[in-house]
Amino acid sequence: MTKSAFTLEQARQLTGDVWELTLAGDTSAVTAPGQFVNLELPGKFLRRPISVCDWDEGRLLLLVKEAGAGTRQLVRLPAGTELDTLSGLGNGFDLSAVPENAVLTGGGIGIAPLYGLAKRMIAAGRRPRAVLGFRSKADAFYREEFAALGLEVHIATEDGSLGTRGFVTDVLKTLPEGQYVLACGPTPMLKAVHALPQLSGGQFSFEARMACGFGACVGCTIQTKQGPRRVCKDGPVFQKEDIVW
Amino acid sequence: MVDLSVTLAGVTLKNPIVPASGTFGYGREFAELYDLDILGSFSWKGTTRAPRPGNPQPRIAESAAGMLNAVGLQNPGMEAVLREELPNIAKIFHGPVIANVCGFSLEEYAENCRMLEDAEQVKILEVNISCPNVHAGGKNFGSDPHSAAAVTRAVRTATKKPVFLKLGPNVTDIAEIARACEAEGADGLCLINTLLGMRIDLNTKRPLLANRTGGLSGPAVFPVALRMVWDVYEAVKLPIIGCGGVDSAETAAEMMLAGASAVEVGAANLRDPWACKTIIEDLPNLCERLGVEHISDLTGGAHHG
Ligand SMILES: Cc1cc2nc3c(=O)[nH]c(=O)nc-3n(C[C@H](O)[C@H](O)[C@H](O)COP(=O)(O)OP(=O)(O)OC[C@H]3O[C@@H](n4cnc5c(N)ncnc54)[C@H](O)[C@@H]3O)c2cc1C
Ligand SMILES: Cc1cc2nc3c(=O)[nH]c(=O)nc-3n(C[C@H](O)[C@H](O)[C@H](O)COP(=O)(O)O)c2cc1C
Ligand code: FES
Repeated sequence: MTKSAFTLEQARQLTGDVWELTLAGDTSAVTAPGQFVNLELPGKFLRRPISVCDWDEGRLLLLVKEAGAGTRQLVRLPAGTELDTLSGLGNGFDLSAVPENAVLTGGGIGIAPLYGLAKRMIAAGRRPRAVLGFRSKADAFYREEFAALGLEVHIATEDGSLGTRGFVTDVLKTLPEGQYVLACGPTPMLKAVHALPQLSGGQFSFEARMACGFGACVGCTIQTKQGPRRVCKDGPVFQKEDIVW
Repeated sequence: MVDLSVTLAGVTLKNPIVPASGTFGYGREFAELYDLDILGSFSWKGTTRAPRPGNPQPRIAESAAGMLNAVGLQNPGMEAVLREELPNIAKIFHGPVIANVCGFSLEEYAENCRMLEDAEQVKILEVNISCPNVHAGGKNFGSDPHSAAAVTRAVRTATKKPVFLKLGPNVTDIAEIARACEAEGADGLCLINTLLGMRIDLNTKRPLLANRTGGLSGPAVFPVALRMVWDVYEAVKLPIIGCGGVDSAETAAEMMLAGASAVEVGAANLRDPWACKTIIEDLPNLCERLGVEHISDLTGGAHHG
């Protein structure tokens, strides 16, 4: 973990409430897709945890959904704003354990870390597929970006306005048995995906309300088959077999 | 050169800054970030006899200039701490350690203290009788002078180490509780623990924390903590570790002027992991500005002259 200033370069609105933020700064602490940063916001006591969507040497890409006062403020900060940032938090996805054709499964803003993950898997010569779920066509984002990486993308929308009508699980159910998923999204989605009989294994990225984000306060603990585990430090990514609901 | 050292109940700390219990774990996470030997001491996570998984999620909420926590004393239990944490602490920190101990009965408090008797590095037992997150309605041993006295008596006979009772603000008269602890032979006091509070989630229209209530800490509570340290300093002769909302050398100095011999820093560590280091680095200049050669001269200064 490092603490440094990231400068907001650009905020691009993707849907009614989702934004893509580009920040410049020292990304050396980011070592795996699925890790997150913890951003200090003016006037807020606690930092806001946001997944690393993608990164290169001096640039960080975040996808932020307006969920409350902090994220509303974040996406509207003027370009040039410096944000005090804890970077390189959490374990991220473990690529060494992933089979060739894993299925990246994301719901809503949960697709953010899957983008950087897909990019790195493809660069390593693997052939992941993506199943992305949104509420409706108007809520969908990053379809072209995923497709441009050269992977097969299935979309599910709850109202059927784009792709398969229903949830990501409705797409996953059509796949043969023995699927390995890399999943991030709202808890009900994670739970439904985790319960699918098609799964041979997988990694699931969790959310929790955090105070520190670096393992000190045990505010984010969930119970696992390995005992209590901190989402921020032992996670946010947990192995399928360790998860209890 | 300003002398930053302070002595309380016969234990000398190289400076008055001590990370507060529950915000510093057992030191591991912070040892990766800076040399812990710059600290006066640190107070480890509240430890009970048996392991505790803690409360369900969510356990954390934000509020203006602060935060609520309802961790529920999640800890690995005293045996695991002795076996796994204490030897590691000896590697990452070489100063005196403050052991925060909790319990659900007088016997448990006493036994936890006894189990630490041979732990050389533990120089002060900080007996937490004020955690608001584990008893229904915030009731705990620190809620009234009689039970506070009973815990003090129980731990006093169980250990030779200095015993500091950690008091909470969720009481009518904290000075009365402080006097009850003093009368039973406490060596010092630590105050304050968190203020019982809550938030409602507007999406669900239900309490945000799964535990419904939680403990408020951070800069929002500083004036409350300061006032209580002030009151207790007037009421007893015991050394006081002041705690609550400290986030700078300046607020630490105010805490000492109100009567604290040492100062614990809690929630500030969670927002800025290097908070204690920054405060310690800022102390010498501040002392010069305040015209003190020995920082210990600040203690209680606001009561005189
Ligand atoms: C590991 C991790 C990765 C995340 N990645 C992203 C991401 O890539 N993009 C994105 O838009 N969001 C992400 N989130 C969720 C994001 O942290 C919350 O939406 C945000 O903190 C809400 O802040 P707010 O001030 O807008 O909302 P408020 O409700 O006003 O926030 C109040 C408090 O609750 C906390 N909080 C509220 N909702 C959540 C939540 N869902 N998860 C965690 N804390 C919450 C806030 O941090 C703050 O402390 C992630 C969360 C975690 C834990
Ligand atoms: C996440 C968290 C966990 C805590 N756990 C404990 C604990 O185990 N034992 C204890 O005596 N106090 C505990 N506290 C209280 C702090 O030690 C301190 O008394 C309080 O937070 C006020 O100080 P602050 O405003 O600097 O945080 C905890 C506080 C926080 C924020
Ligand atoms: S948020 Fe503090 S331990 Fe995870």
